[in-house]
Amino acid sequence: MLRMLWQRALVGVAVVTGVVTLTFLLLHAAPGDPAERLLGPAAAPQQVEAVRHALELDRPLTVQYASWLRRFVRGDWGTSITTGRPVGAMLRAAWPATARLVALSLLLSYALGLLVGAVQAARSRARLDTTLSVATVTLFALPGFWLGLMLIMVFTYWLRVLPAFGAAGMDADFLSGWARIADQLRHLALPLLTLTLIGVGGTARFARGAILDVLAQPFVAAARAKGVSESRVLARHVLRNALGPMLILLGLSLPALFSGAVLVETVFAWPGVGRVMVEAVQSRDYPVVMAATAVSALLVVAGNILADVLAAWADPRVRGAAREA
Amino acid sequence: MRLRDPRALFGLTVLAAVAIAAIAAPVVTAGNPNAQRDIVATRFLPPLTADLHGTFHPLGTDRFGRDVWTRLVYGARISLGVGLLAVVISVAIGTAVGAAAGYLRGWPAMGLLGFTDFALALPRLVLLLLLAALWQPSAALVVVVLGLTGWMPIARLVHGEVRGLAVRPFVEGARALGARRARVLWRHILPNALTPVIVAAALGVGNAILLEASLSYLGLGVQPPTASWGSMIASGRDTLVNAPWVVTAPGLALVLVVVACTLLGDALRDALDPGAAKR
Repeated sequence: MLRMLWQRALVGVAVVTGVVTLTFLLLHAAPGDPAERLLGPAAAPQQVEAVRHALELDRPLTVQYASWLRRFVRGDWGTSITTGRPVGAMLRAAWPATARLVALSLLLSYALGLLVGAVQAARSRARLDTTLSVATVTLFALPGFWLGLMLIMVFTYWLRVLPAFGAAGMDADFLSGWARIADQLRHLALPLLTLTLIGVGGTARFARGAILDVLAQPFVAAARAKGVSESRVLARHVLRNALGPMLILLGLSLPALFSGAVLVETVFAWPGVGRVMVEAVQSRDYPVVMAATAVSALLVVAGNILADVLAAWADPRVRGAAREA
Repeated sequence: MRLRDPRALFGLTVLAAVAIAAIAAPVVTAGNPNAQRDIVATRFLPPLTADLHGTFHPLGTDRFGRDVWTRLVYGARISLGVGLLAVVISVAIGTAVGAAAGYLRGWPAMGLLGFTDFALALPRLVLLLLLAALWQPSAALVVVVLGLTGWMPIARLVHGEVRGLAVRPFVEGARALGARRARVLWRHILPNALTPVIVAAALGVGNAILLEASLSYLGLGVQPPTASWGSMIASGRDTLVNAPWVVTAPGLALVLVVVACTLLGDALRDALDPGAAKR
């Protein structure tokens, strides 16, 4: 198990290095110069040259790359070209908002999805299953940004009950105690509902398939033949085994905690990482894009490893296979 | 596949209807999707009204007085076209890489598999944002970007199938008869390996259509005034209060088409894979 983890970690480091290199090359191969963007069309060529020199853009690509990599590993992620703030501080400031939103929606999607999937699998091919299937397929197909706009239309403009923008009201600094928490929850409601509705569509479909796969296994028939009650079969034999694939999926969604809500954040003006990333890409803010990509790639790799660990934890057979390998 | 499967029937009907409408766009609509007349008199007309010129607007007009139905149908050309072409690119690359990795031995196979795993670990949305933002946005760029970032799961699928098929007796038989390796792969292995690819392609089209809409919504895809469903939603978001139909119509069209693709994919999987058909 440990040896496997070491191997995976080594491969992971190679992947992250590859992603970072690729991003670096793409950024610098693309037309458009951050110095020109920063100064605007009226800038004199000497000014542009000066800024390019200050940003080290006039040095050879390999030198730029090596110096970026050295500083990144040391934890110095540079300063944003557009805002002038340290990149690390920018991402750290934006991260909690994204993590709070995505973590809650993951929790709700998995709980609800498992429930819906289990109900469907237990009543497989009945009318209830069909109805729920139509519902989950539809939820799964909803574009997040459009669902967000629809919810804003209904709850903000028509019913006038929930705010549509930001993570806190303009008067948040003057509120205290419960009023402040209520204000935050009200702002959280619509983005959370958007992400959760779409998430449930996916997790329920996945859970239904996973549970049906287990139901077809011989040991389920054996348990039933022994006279184990149906509810006990479902709880002890089926759900326990269907949990493995669900945990793998959960592990794979780890990177979402950092950058999983780009579009929904854009719709709701949620002050998270997704919005920072979209703005950075649009303004060629090289240091921000590079750091965000590197962190995303790290999380993808970590998520893959976490998924394997979770799978091994949930299923002793996988653990055994890993030991033999 | 049995057409008695209601999912397949629904999926095919919806996709066929949308495709026919998109192809016959000049016939089923008023014509030019970017046509503007008297902007003050014809903007924000609600659905099912006629303007001063007597032109009927089944889905109303947007803030420039453009007919939403016409834009929706012309937008289907972009959305469906981008989705289909992107998946064609993904399937072509994925099948080539997967087949090569599954059929070759030694370091070339290891290299291809490693590359696939590497590409799979790239954060797709970040990559999409980067590629789409760094070059001049256009429908063609979206096709290429979606195609280049979507082939990895297909390569994995094909790799698994080819590895399994390569040791089957009928392949050994073909080898024993003296068929060249390329011919064995092309004539005997690949046709049998394509089943999961068809399913993945059906699901992939829906996904690609959604991603195109997302990119266009962020302003990184199809550029105005060209109509795509994503860019229509983007252009209508500021007028959500006065003209909700501008956003609602393309969104519903998106959901309908993506549901159709998903159901068709599900039905195909169950029909083509007898093991899963018991569900």
